[in-house]
Amino acid sequence: MSLRIVVCVKYVPDATGDRHFADDLTLDREDVDGLLSELDEYAVEQALQIADEADDAEVTVLTVGPEDAKDALRKALSMGADKAVHVEDDDLHGTDAVGTSLVLARAVEKTGYDLVISGMASTDGAMGVVPALLAERLGVAQVTLLSEVAVEGGVVTGRRDGDTASERVEASLPAVVSVTDQSGEARYPSFKGIMAAKKKPVVSLDLGDLGLDAGEVGLGGAWTVVDSAVQRPARTAGTIVKDEGEGGKRLAEFLAGQKFI
Amino acid sequence: MAEVLVFVDHVDGAVRKPTLELLTLARRIGDPVAVVLGGGAGVAAGVLAEHGAVRVLAADAPEFAEFLVVPKVDALQAAVEVVSPVAVLLPSSAENKEIAARLAVRIGSGIITDATDLEAGEEGVVATQSAFAASFTTKSRVSRGAAVVTVKPNSAPVEAAPAAGVVEELVVVFSALARGTKVLSRTPRESTGRPELTEAAIVVSGGRGVNGAENFRVIEALADSLGAAVGASRAAVDAGWYPHTNQVGQTGKSVSPQLYIASGISGAIQHRAGMQTSKTIVAINKDAEAPIFDLVDYGVVGDLFNVVPQLTDEVTARKN
Ligand SMILES: Cc1cc2nc3c(=O)[nH]c(=O)nc-3n(C[C@H](O)[C@H](O)[C@H](O)COP(=O)(O)OP(=O)(O)OC[C@H]3O[C@@H](n4cnc5c(N)ncnc54)[C@H](O)[C@@H]3O)c2cc1C
Ligand SMILES: Cc1cc2nc3c(=O)[nH]c(=O)nc-3n(C[C@H](O)[C@H](O)[C@H](O)COP(=O)(O)OP(=O)(O)OC[C@H]3O[C@@H](n4cnc5c(N)ncnc54)[C@H](O)[C@@H]3O)c2cc1C
Repeated sequence: MSLRIVVCVKYVPDATGDRHFADDLTLDREDVDGLLSELDEYAVEQALQIADEADDAEVTVLTVGPEDAKDALRKALSMGADKAVHVEDDDLHGTDAVGTSLVLARAVEKTGYDLVISGMASTDGAMGVVPALLAERLGVAQVTLLSEVAVEGGVVTGRRDGDTASERVEASLPAVVSVTDQSGEARYPSFKGIMAAKKKPVVSLDLGDLGLDAGEVGLGGAWTVVDSAVQRPARTAGTIVKDEGEGGKRLAEFLAGQKFI
Repeated sequence: MAEVLVFVDHVDGAVRKPTLELLTLARRIGDPVAVVLGGGAGVAAGVLAEHGAVRVLAADAPEFAEFLVVPKVDALQAAVEVVSPVAVLLPSSAENKEIAARLAVRIGSGIITDATDLEAGEEGVVATQSAFAASFTTKSRVSRGAAVVTVKPNSAPVEAAPAAGVVEELVVVFSALARGTKVLSRTPRESTGRPELTEAAIVVSGGRGVNGAENFRVIEALADSLGAAVGASRAAVDAGWYPHTNQVGQTGKSVSPQLYIASGISGAIQHRAGMQTSKTIVAINKDAEAPIFDLVDYGVVGDLFNVVPQLTDEVTARKN
């Protein structure tokens, strides 16, 4: 039987660009280039490896985001995913984490799945909660923050490296998995992959297709409100000295002055 | 007064510092009610009462250790039903954020993660967060349900505030999914004897400039002279010079100590994301143009192998 894998990928502003908030206190997407969240490349990679190991598998990449988010889907397709689903609707602007998980859950259900794979956190909101939210919504097991993952005989196993311990965990499919950047380098799209991606299907869905109401998502439907966002004042220029043999001693004096020693 | 649930991070009843910090913040909003899962509630209760817990809800069951996340969500949901809190607070950690997330959906609440401060506002609890690698500070609140908020370590002082701390049994009925993800085995981290990275008042970190696993001894020696935790950049971790558990940054630990000392670290945005909120920042780097120098209170342009041992000797001498 075929293994249906859905990979959730997010289109995010480039972290090395000048990221900021728009007037409505949502992410300003105008001024910064977007890209496939680097941490989601690890999710695509693991999905492709799991698919390779399976007798018969299909990898669908899914994003919820504005029109440009197609770029993220194309990147994932050029890495080797089979098809893509893009949930795109003007009413999605300003959706919070709880709302995002609702949309993802509906889209995953509509696509059909045995396994959902996502990154450990996005590189913008960086909450690290969407996989758990999604598992709760779908009513399936979560096997998250894995640095190693394998699927065999309808069971997913993995290694989860936590704060106080490293755990081996397992669950039966269907399940939601998230993988960390320790799970293994993501492949680069080959020229052949890039050419092939152009022909792969990208299905666009809007809220109506998912049976969702505009009021359940977007800024209006969000269960969280941002009241203010202010840029941190640039740090006042610190003292910088050149080591001419006494650098360590001078640093010690500074630390003593600050009462650290 | 309104009650506030505080989820307790503990090891066999030994309460970890971020939970005590959380009690300080919880008291600004209402009466803290602590939730202790697993063994050791009796031991934990004393410390929690000293720091302001009016009640301690305790539940113990093998499920908490044998299965991932969901049993704890079930327990917190039971606690919410008992208490009807205005907020549910958890110390930020990867697992606690997941617990908070599932709880939020279940009880119909908004969720805020990695808050660095909390206050009581006119329209409910207001949380301060850092965004985009700490280049912005936001104030947010939930518009639905009790605020579910995870709070970063080192966000508030630990303050004594004796309260009753009456221990009550929390009855938990596990949901269908509680046994969904089994923990097959657990290998606890070996203690280094150094402070916990996220909780430490001082963090000494090394990067690619340390140039080898052996050389990390230079970083460790400075850390030990200051009673500090040791951190590392991803470049140092990827090279296999130091364990991933010590990585500071976007995909490592987020730290906000009183003092952060970076040696041989350039200061890439992903590293800054994890340390930029440190109170005082010091860097040692041989490249005067390294971006880390834009952040520092004090920087030394020089070879870390000369500067760091000299600093260590000086610290040791001044302490004796
Ligand atoms: C600076 C900032 C702060 C924010 N703070 C809050 C807050 O406190 N509370 C709140 O409710 N919302 C908040 N949001 C909004 C929240 O980040 C978005 O709603 C987002 O869609 C979900 O959170 P995340 O991107 O942080 O996901 P994470 O949980 O960090 O992402 C984990 C994984 O989920 C998948 N994923 C996430 N989003 C998508 C998507 N749109 N399409 C496909 N896959 C996806 C990816 O695989 C990703 O790797 C914030 C946003 C920003 C930019
Ligand atoms: C999605 C993603 C997530 C990431 N997450 C993280 C993260 O969590 N944490 C993290 O740190 N990085 C992270 N990175 C990597 C990050 O982009 C940088 O590559 C990394 O931080 C560089 O580490 P470094 O500063 O040690 O090395 P480099 O950038 O190579 O800098 C080494 C520095 O050491 C100096 N140096 C060399 N020799 C000496 C000497 N003898 N004395 C003094 N100075 C010397 C050099 O001048 C240089 O400035 C992430 C990247 C991505 C794409």
